Amino acid sequence: MLPGRCLATLALFALGAMAVPAHAATIQIVMENLVVSPAEVSAKVGDTIEWVNKDVLAHTATAKNGDFDVTIAPKKTVKSVLTKAGTVDYYCRFHPNMKAVLKIAP
Amino acid sequence: MFVRLSIAVAALGLLTGAAQAQGAKPTDPQIAHIAYTAGVIDINAAKQAETKASNKEVKAFAKDMARDHEAVNKQALDLVKKLKVTPEDNDTSKALSKQAADKLAELGKLKGAAYDKAYIDNEVAYHKTVNTALETQLIPSASNPELKGLLQTGLKIFQGHQQHAEHVAASLK
Repeated sequence: MLPGRCLATLALFALGAMAVPAHAATIQIVMENLVVSPAEVSAKVGDTIEWVNKDVLAHTATAKNGDFDVTIAPKKTVKSVLTKAGTVDYYCRFHPNMKAVLKIAP
Repeated sequence: MFVRLSIAVAALGLLTGAAQAQGAKPTDPQIAHIAYTAGVIDINAAKQAETKASNKEVKAFAKDMARDHEAVNKQALDLVKKLKVTPEDNDTSKALSKQAADKLAELGKLKGAAYDKAYIDNEVAYHKTVNTALETQLIPSASNPELKGLLQTGLKIFQGHQQHAEHVAASLK
């Protein structure tokens, strides 16, 4: 009896553990030499964006529509969770020629 | 305006002229000095613009220049320290500094929209010249790979600045 119950509990744990990561992904967007790559990223609401700034300069990821404005210090990584769907054009406030697009599915 | 721009471009031509006059290609300590001096010049111009500029975009651009060039120059200082290289003053650095001081004085006499335009036009011309010097002279002459790498990174950053300056200049027209 006891081993059976144990197995059932284990199985439940496994299911629970699998459900969460399958839902939300972590996507890396790198800023290096004043270039954002990839320049176009598809993601979903709930996904985490890992903004990696490899430059010695500060950058921002600023949504044109005002949905987000993330500042990334030189040589730092900042994580932010996507909360709103939409196709968002964003740029760096300090280097306006750095432009990219985030396509966020609901 | 056209005349002012030509003067700036001609004076900046000294960068290549002076170095060529020395005959041999610049050494690493000289390259480090030239690159650092070029950064200081743009920081000084930006500081003047932060107080004098009236256009919002021009003011923001000046802030960006001061922030970026200070960051790159800090990187350069850290590198020369690490490499135990002492930056060496030279004719190119001297010509650059002299020309920049004259330009700063000239810009200092202007006000309002005339100042904004003259500052941005000079930023376009200045970054263009520095980028050409980096590409054709300083990067090929650098022998230390880390110094070369920093100059290459600098070039990419300053090309971004040039585009940014061109964009702001176009918006003033």
